[in-house]
Amino acid sequence: MPTVAPLDLDGHCVAACWLAGVPHFALADGVIHRLDNGHKWVEAHDGLLAAMPDADGKRLVTGGEDGKVLSIGADGSIEQIAEIGRKWMTSVATGPRGAVAFASGKTAWVKLPDGKLKELIHPRSVEGLAFAPKGMRIAVARYNGATLHFPAVDGKPTELEWAGAHTGVTFSPDGNFLVTTMQENALHGWKLADGKHMRMAGYPSKVKSLSWSAKGRWLASSGAPAAVVWPFLTKDGPIGKAPVELGTRGDAMVTAVSFHPTDEIVAIGYADGMVLAGRVADQKEVLLRRAGNGAVTSMAWDAEGRRIAFGAETGDCGVIDVAG
Amino acid sequence: MAQTQTQIPVTVLTGYLGSGKTTLLNRILTEDHGKRYAVIVNEFGEIGIDNDLIVESDEEIYEMNNGCICCTVRGDLIRTVEGLMRRPGRFDAILVETTGLADPAPVAQTFFMDDDVRSKTKLDAVVALVDAKHLPLRLKDSKEAEDQIAFADVVVLNKTDLVTEDELRDVEAAVRAINPSAKIHKTERSGVALNEVLDRGAFDLSRALDNDPHFLDAHDHDHDHECGPDCDHDHDHGHHHHHGVSPIHDVGVTSISLRGGEMDPKKFFPWLEKTTQMDGPNILRLKGIIALKDDPDRYVVQGVHMILEGDHQRAWKDDERHESRLVFIGRELDGERLKRTFEACQA
Repeated sequence: MPTVAPLDLDGHCVAACWLAGVPHFALADGVIHRLDNGHKWVEAHDGLLAAMPDADGKRLVTGGEDGKVLSIGADGSIEQIAEIGRKWMTSVATGPRGAVAFASGKTAWVKLPDGKLKELIHPRSVEGLAFAPKGMRIAVARYNGATLHFPAVDGKPTELEWAGAHTGVTFSPDGNFLVTTMQENALHGWKLADGKHMRMAGYPSKVKSLSWSAKGRWLASSGAPAAVVWPFLTKDGPIGKAPVELGTRGDAMVTAVSFHPTDEIVAIGYADGMVLAGRVADQKEVLLRRAGNGAVTSMAWDAEGRRIAFGAETGDCGVIDVAG
Repeated sequence: MAQTQTQIPVTVLTGYLGSGKTTLLNRILTEDHGKRYAVIVNEFGEIGIDNDLIVESDEEIYEMNNGCICCTVRGDLIRTVEGLMRRPGRFDAILVETTGLADPAPVAQTFFMDDDVRSKTKLDAVVALVDAKHLPLRLKDSKEAEDQIAFADVVVLNKTDLVTEDELRDVEAAVRAINPSAKIHKTERSGVALNEVLDRGAFDLSRALDNDPHFLDAHDHDHDHECGPDCDHDHDHGHHHHHGVSPIHDVGVTSISLRGGEMDPKKFFPWLEKTTQMDGPNILRLKGIIALKDDPDRYVVQGVHMILEGDHQRAWKDDERHESRLVFIGRELDGERLKRTFEACQA
């Protein structure tokens, strides 16, 4: 039986994650909480807007209303990566070999592994950022498409066009596909080898959470009364294929999704705070957490795939032990 | 859940550079009016106040991907409002200041078209500051000045100390010709009472038209007139002499005021939908109170371009005439056609 260790906090949880095996909860007020032999916390920003852990789970990179980009260690240590003054730092991303990207307004910055800072100015606002899994490449979601840069070298960026406002972006784990969330209720994808378009639509609301399965065979998404899981099993991805729907409920929308680190199982969080796990192969479901106070905003599995840290917009966070 | 949370009211402040926007903004931020405001500005600029609830945001207009060119939203507002609303409790209301040249429609439409923004906030009113001295020039050289007035629920006609009485009368007539239903305040140094610009409920269907006491007035002096109801609030109703045509303004934006009896809902709603679909790009604002046949309640409706919102408001009172009134403010509107087709919807 799964068990839940609750951590009731006051405020909107922007990101739940694991650093060095310790669950962390980054709240919108700028305080980072952790469960490390008891409840501990550190005040990072006056207002936190974005947070993303490193791939190796050693630090959490955060962007704040104070114009700062910080790195938070598992011991609560804070290191400043950048400060741009009184502007909101609305997106952050972590990349290979310690690279970090962050954005405010029309400008994105990349702090390269050698410590050099590269500034990338765009004609429109930078809405989302993501590093490619290999090579020093970064994608920027923007109005009417996405822009791809190689920030370590000078050169013209690659522009991927698709009408509409693109609000978030992610690379597939093999680096072959780029997928964006949109202002309208849809995802858009490009096969990077030939620029072929993939339109993934039909959502009743905006998609805010995306998660790839371990080998990149599936992409789970929120924005519907079920987790909508798109197949990326062949070289053309989901073109002409229907998604799998997991954890369909009649009364609540899926607001967060997170794939298991090794198995094709998705943790599914709902607008009422419920958390289920669904298996892609047989679409079997198991209840992990009953409904709480508000929508689940973020979930993350630990490296062993045994526990899930989760956070909600109402501050009711916690850790689910799947095996109990 | 979001539905149970109270929606935070949003005031939109428009006006040209030099119209007194910053003065008014500074007053809202410093005077004791019992409310804490989060303010979204395009540039910190001259706001001399250090307040972490002032957020700088680049105006970013997004066309919605639905084939409708007038369906635009402010992408930066969606992001900023979402960020602000993650930390509620710090402020009671939001104020959005637009740049001088901004079109107010995308700002207003953001609060109707984005589900997340809509669930947490509600548009309270669009306030336009107008420089009495420079308005004639502005109206000649830009479409935006006209749009801002046309769009406004409240017009603060500022810097009245810099013009003569005659000039002021002409300027006021110009504003009135563009927008007959806005409330006008004549001020010096943005000295309007703050309760006249804040918490107006102008987009609140149940309040908006009640705030406009003359909207339903039955005593129009010239019923055939095309240019709008006589709702100059500050004016003695016996002496209307500034209908429509303004000596300083070639009218681009006009208002069409329609009046009829009880409407057949089977005809009226399809007509309204079709009209806003067809004329949407030219319709800046519309509002109305409709008497529907066999319906004891008043039906109120408002719109911004193609976006329509309507609801039953309250029962007709015994002494009220069951009458339908609808006002369109916009460009190149065919008043004859609107009148004819509106009247054809009568029961």
